[in-house]
Amino acid sequence: MKKIHLLFLVFPLFIISCGGGETVEDVTEVIDSLEQTDEVDMTSNEINAERGYAVGDYAIDFSLMNIDDQMVSLSDYDEVKGFIVIFTCNHCPYAVAYEDRIVALDALYKTQGYPVIAINPNNPDVMEEDSFENMKIRAAEKGFTFPYLLDDGQKVFPQYGAKKTPHVYILKKDITGNKVEYIGAIDDNYGDEAAVTVKYVEDAVNALLSGEEPPITSTVAIGCSIKM
Amino acid sequence: MKPFSVIVAFVMGIASCGSNEEASNIGDKESSFERNPKEVVSDAGIDVEVFDFENFKPFIHQNDDKIHVINFWATWCIPCVAELPYFEQLGAEYPEIEVVLVSLDFPKKIKENLIPFIQKNNLQSEVILLDEPDANKWIPQIDSTWSGAIPATIIYKNDKSQFYEQSFNFVELEVAIAAFKN
Repeated sequence: MKKIHLLFLVFPLFIISCGGGETVEDVTEVIDSLEQTDEVDMTSNEINAERGYAVGDYAIDFSLMNIDDQMVSLSDYDEVKGFIVIFTCNHCPYAVAYEDRIVALDALYKTQGYPVIAINPNNPDVMEEDSFENMKIRAAEKGFTFPYLLDDGQKVFPQYGAKKTPHVYILKKDITGNKVEYIGAIDDNYGDEAAVTVKYVEDAVNALLSGEEPPITSTVAIGCSIKM
Repeated sequence: MKPFSVIVAFVMGIASCGSNEEASNIGDKESSFERNPKEVVSDAGIDVEVFDFENFKPFIHQNDDKIHVINFWATWCIPCVAELPYFEQLGAEYPEIEVVLVSLDFPKKIKENLIPFIQKNNLQSEVILLDEPDANKWIPQIDSTWSGAIPATIIYKNDKSQFYEQSFNFVELEVAIAAFKN
C-alpha cells in the first residue's frame, strides 16, 4: 500500500515539473484525494457544526440583560410582527460604521412592527471595550433607541450561528414562533452609506410587511469575528 | 524495490528541467501577471497597492507551482494581528512560499493606520489592500462557506486550494502547507 502511494506521489512530481499534458489532471486528482489531511477535513466539519440557523428555521427565544438592567426576551413583545435581531458590538469598526444606520432602521421599523434587538455576542473578558458598562456608555453616546443586550455566557449567538459583527437575523412572528426570513448584512456598502445600492434589510422588511418573501434572503459581508 | 529506485532516479533527473528554475527566485515579489491596482497609496517610503476584486483575482489564481498563502486581515482585527507573526515567520522560514497579506482596512485609513502598522511591525510579507465594498458579491467567490469574518486564509498551489475561516498558530500553518508540498 505504502509503495503504491509513494509511486503515485513521485509520478506526478515529474509531470508537473515539466508542464505535462492532459492526463496530468487525472493523476493529480488521485494524489489530491490521497493527500487530503485530517486537519483539513476537521476544519470543514467544525464549520458545519457551527452553522446555526438557515432561512426558514425557527429562532429560539432568550432572556438577556439589557443596558437598562432589565432582562429582555422576544416573548416580551406582544404587538410586533417580527424582529430585526442584530449581533453587533462596540469595538468593531464595521459595527461602528453601521451604528447610525441601525438607529435609523429602528426608527423606521419599530412603529411598523419590526423593532431592532441588538445583541453584543463578545466575551467582555476578552474584549474590554465590549463590557456591559461600555455598552451602556456607547448606547448613550449614539442614542440607541433599541435594546442592546449582552449575550452573557455566549449561549445565544452560537445557536443563531452568528459569526461576526455586525450580523443581522430578520425574524417574522407566526403561530409557531419566530421564523428566520433573512440572514446577513444591512446593505451593500459598509464604508459609504451614500454609495449603497441595495438595502438588504430594508428590502426584506418591506417585503415581509407587504406579505411577500424577501427578495434576497441571505448575504455575506466582512465583519469582526466574535471574541470568545 | 528496484523499480521504485529507478523511478526516483528518473524523477530526480527530470526535476531540474524547465520550469523548476523559477523556484530559485527566492523572495522575489514579482508576480507572473500584470498588476493593475486602482490606486497606490505611499507614505514613509511604503507603497500600498489598492485593488478592486476583479484585479485582485489573479493573486488567488496563479499557476506557477508555488504555494501561495493569502491572509485576509485588518489592523483593527485583534485575532488577525495576533496571528500575523506566524505568517511572517512562514515567509521567513519558507522563502519558496509566497505570503500575501490582504488588508481589509478602510481605504481612507491607509496612511493613518495601515502604513504606520506595517512600519512599526516591520512587516516583510507583501501587503496589499482589497477595496471592494459590496462584499456579498466577492466573498462567495473566495469560498462559498466564508461568513465574512476575519481572519481568513487561502492556501493554494495551482488548482488545489483550501480555505480557512480560523486563526492559525505557526504549527497549524506548517501542517496546513504540508498538504500542498507535493
